[in-house]
Amino acid sequence: MTTAVAEAQDAHDEHHGPDKGIRRWLFTTNHKDIGTLYLVFSLIMFFIGGAMALVIRTELMQPGLQFVHPEFFNSMTTMHALIMVFGAVMPAFVGLANWMIPMMIGAPDMALPRMNNWSFWILPVAFGILLSTLFMEGGAPAAGWTMYPPLVLQTGDAFPFLIFSVHLMGISSIMGAINIIVTILNMRAPDMWLLKMPIFVWCWLITAYLLIAVMPVLAGAVTMLLTDQFFGTSFFLAAGGGDPVMFQHIFWFFGHPEVYIMILPAFGVVSEIIPTFSRKPLFGHDSMVYAASSIAFLSFIVWAHHMFTVGMPLSGQMFFMFATMLIAVPTGVKVFNWVATMWRGSMTFETPMLFALAFVFLFTIGGFSGLMLAIAPADIQYHDTYFVVAHFHYVLVPGSIFAVMAGAYYWLPKWTGHMYNESLGKLHFWLSTIFVNVTFFPMHFLGLAGMPRRIPDYSTQFADFNMIASIGALGFGFSQLIFVWVLLTAKKGAKATDRVWEAPKGLEWTVPSPAPYHTFDTPPKARIAQEAFE
Amino acid sequence: MIRKSLLSLLGTLWAGAASADWALNMPRGVTELSAETYDLHMMVFWWCVWIGVVVFGVMIISLVKHRKSRGVEPATFSHSTTAEVVWTIIPVVILLVMAVPAAETMIRLEDSRNPDISVVVTGYQWKWHYRYQDEDIAFYSSLDRPSVEARPKNSGIDPFDVENFLLEVDRPLVVPKGAKVRLLITSNDVVHSWWVPDLAIKKDAVPGIINETWFRAEQTGTFRGQCTELCGKDHGYMPIVVEVVEPDAYIAWVETHQQTGERVATSQ
Amino acid sequence: MSDSTNNRPGNDNRSLTRKLLLLAAAMFGFGYLLVPLYDVFCEITGFGGRTNSVAEISREDPDFSRSIRVEFVTTVNEYAPWEFVADRDSMEVTPGKMYYATFTARNLTEDKKVAQAVPSVAPISASGHFKKIECFCFTNQEFQANEERAMPLQFIVDPDLPEFVDTITLQYTFYDTVRVSANDGS
Repeated sequence: MTTAVAEAQDAHDEHHGPDKGIRRWLFTTNHKDIGTLYLVFSLIMFFIGGAMALVIRTELMQPGLQFVHPEFFNSMTTMHALIMVFGAVMPAFVGLANWMIPMMIGAPDMALPRMNNWSFWILPVAFGILLSTLFMEGGAPAAGWTMYPPLVLQTGDAFPFLIFSVHLMGISSIMGAINIIVTILNMRAPDMWLLKMPIFVWCWLITAYLLIAVMPVLAGAVTMLLTDQFFGTSFFLAAGGGDPVMFQHIFWFFGHPEVYIMILPAFGVVSEIIPTFSRKPLFGHDSMVYAASSIAFLSFIVWAHHMFTVGMPLSGQMFFMFATMLIAVPTGVKVFNWVATMWRGSMTFETPMLFALAFVFLFTIGGFSGLMLAIAPADIQYHDTYFVVAHFHYVLVPGSIFAVMAGAYYWLPKWTGHMYNESLGKLHFWLSTIFVNVTFFPMHFLGLAGMPRRIPDYSTQFADFNMIASIGALGFGFSQLIFVWVLLTAKKGAKATDRVWEAPKGLEWTVPSPAPYHTFDTPPKARIAQEAFE
Repeated sequence: MIRKSLLSLLGTLWAGAASADWALNMPRGVTELSAETYDLHMMVFWWCVWIGVVVFGVMIISLVKHRKSRGVEPATFSHSTTAEVVWTIIPVVILLVMAVPAAETMIRLEDSRNPDISVVVTGYQWKWHYRYQDEDIAFYSSLDRPSVEARPKNSGIDPFDVENFLLEVDRPLVVPKGAKVRLLITSNDVVHSWWVPDLAIKKDAVPGIINETWFRAEQTGTFRGQCTELCGKDHGYMPIVVEVVEPDAYIAWVETHQQTGERVATSQ
Repeated sequence: MSDSTNNRPGNDNRSLTRKLLLLAAAMFGFGYLLVPLYDVFCEITGFGGRTNSVAEISREDPDFSRSIRVEFVTTVNEYAPWEFVADRDSMEVTPGKMYYATFTARNLTEDKKVAQAVPSVAPISASGHFKKIECFCFTNQEFQANEERAMPLQFIVDPDLPEFVDTITLQYTFYDTVRVSANDGS
């Protein structure tokens, strides 16, 4: 995809164009280049994290250990999560933001282009460090991505590298978030007042604030781990007056908003796509904004629902249970609004729309299991079982990742100037959707039947569903190669028109396809901006 | 040929479905509270199903009827305050209906008064230790031999040949039927979590902290569970087995296992 | 790109960036602020079975209508070389009255050792009502080689103890203060 986009941009190089060769990518301050870098990076991480998932699923295909040792298995679950969360899902959305936000709001570039370059190039360094721990004495981190002490303090040589790489990821995300906020608040086209912004931009604005609010808290928590291990502090060591449970509180104070950091931009993408292919305006634009804001607010007061078994006063359990249940209300509003957008529309089912529809269906299933998990007494049974694994994979894979796929297919013609191969796209969609369910649906049953998560081996009674899940995982993993093929051949298709689709709304469709290296050097005229939304 | 293999596949599936291996749901369990938990789980599940039927139903109707290939002209409406108020209020009401019984169960779960037996449960990397507070009985409970022999990579032993593979211990926790058993849960090293699905109990074992929970088993039998908080490399190999026996049998068990009054907290 | 030409009037990228960086720095500080906040929160709610870790002044005000069973649990962390037991398993106490209990610990090694006992109370709703007047857990305890010593605890159970609590469990976990990283242990 890199080359396709690069060539496309070379062709449309109006004034001072990009540098040639590697310098272009190393020193670029162009939002489109950086967006591409983010997206390619995230795709690579998606395959590395995916390979780890396949190691996990291959080992779990049958009872008994066949391929790996338990220590390595634990490293795989830990690294899979860290890579997918911080390396695949988050950078993918930042990449979409970089590419699309300036074009959607009529800005020439991101507000802080040099910082933009930095925030991307920190990421490969961070993940280089994280991946290098695989080869260290004592193995890669194996205490789970949640890094609970005291267990995480038993990590070998990898420990300081784990902390340092998390710091770098945090710095990168914070810089990216600042850039997005400044761009959105300062550089909108003259006539675009806040509530008129496209919903994707809105969702990202809220997400960016969440990032700035919680990534530093994670940085603080892991710094405390570091000083506990090496500098004699006792934040989480009971012997020195600390408390290991406190880490869980601080972690989840970051961790729950983090969940919404990964899903709000997905809501944004889907809310752009469904109206386009329903040929009907988004239902309740403003209430979508309010719903996203309420979800963001609620995310700060529900963290302890990850900890119902830790031993909490009854009043605490009640509070966190009720607050968690409340999240269902704004989330419900979003789903109902999407359905209302489709209602009496005139729908067609191109690949982006298919992914968006699967998102609505399958994310809602993840939402249902989320509601079940909110019920504290029942959560005691679900907690730390495969039911939870099923739940968060439903909201992350057919949730966040399907939204990224939908967004990629939706905007690809705008990026490359050519239509991608629609039948391959549809094949990719159908295989992904079938296998994602084959993989994750049986996990609900496994969890309810009593299989804990993060175990390398299991009793024979869990054998059948594990086999099915593993087959699904292999199928899902290999289906993603179709996506790579679609990207590699993205330039082979027919020339895309400027509007690409029949009835898309928004400024990004008023510029040529492929989008020139520089767009909106002068802010779009109010009239053009308005027409883009009509 | 294909038909035949499909048929045999279906046959296998059917046979599988008939056996216990295809457990689909949470066990109802053997305590009053496990049954209550199960009922809560089913209540919320059915609410989700009905909400799903309505939402997905509307969506599917829309997908079928409102497609361009049928020549539908798109409507132009973009909001309806009435509709939005309705679909904010209805979920709130449904949530209230769910919240009340959930809160009631939660209150009962916390009521650990008047226990008949107290057992201190300590998590170790990677086994459990049980000490009966009033009986001078204390012992470690670890994965039993057949599973230990079968568990290494390429051990050559088929897990299916091992009875209760990875779910059997050398010494189970023995408690009498009908007695209120209070568990005091703590840990020696890292965080563990003690879970037996049939008792609907899961409580974290945190070093330096004592946690309390309780159960009253109303049926005799052997109930199995596992550690549910990642605790290092052998996290998957520290099962829990609770044997619920008749009160007489329990008294006999206590008599044969009573130790010499040794009450030492050293950990070797 | 240049700040001046494309920005909305009156919006300065630098000052907004500075504000957002400040917000990020403040949130990093907030992460650390959560530590004392958590402590306060625990003291108030008894979260995590936390009891007072410094001496509490409490007047005797017995409530003879109730009797509470106090149980003692002793744990030694990470196979540390100690023997540590409560001299009695449990006692019946009257709320509002002062009681004494002793615990005995022995250093099983030939070296000088320093221990720290960490208290925890169950159920959580009782932890704020278990007042330690004097406790060996308030300070580090130094033990010579093979030394065995009885250590005192003086406590009052608050008469405000909730009605639904009839048993209080007090646990002490004995930690070796010289921290041994799990990596170099066998």
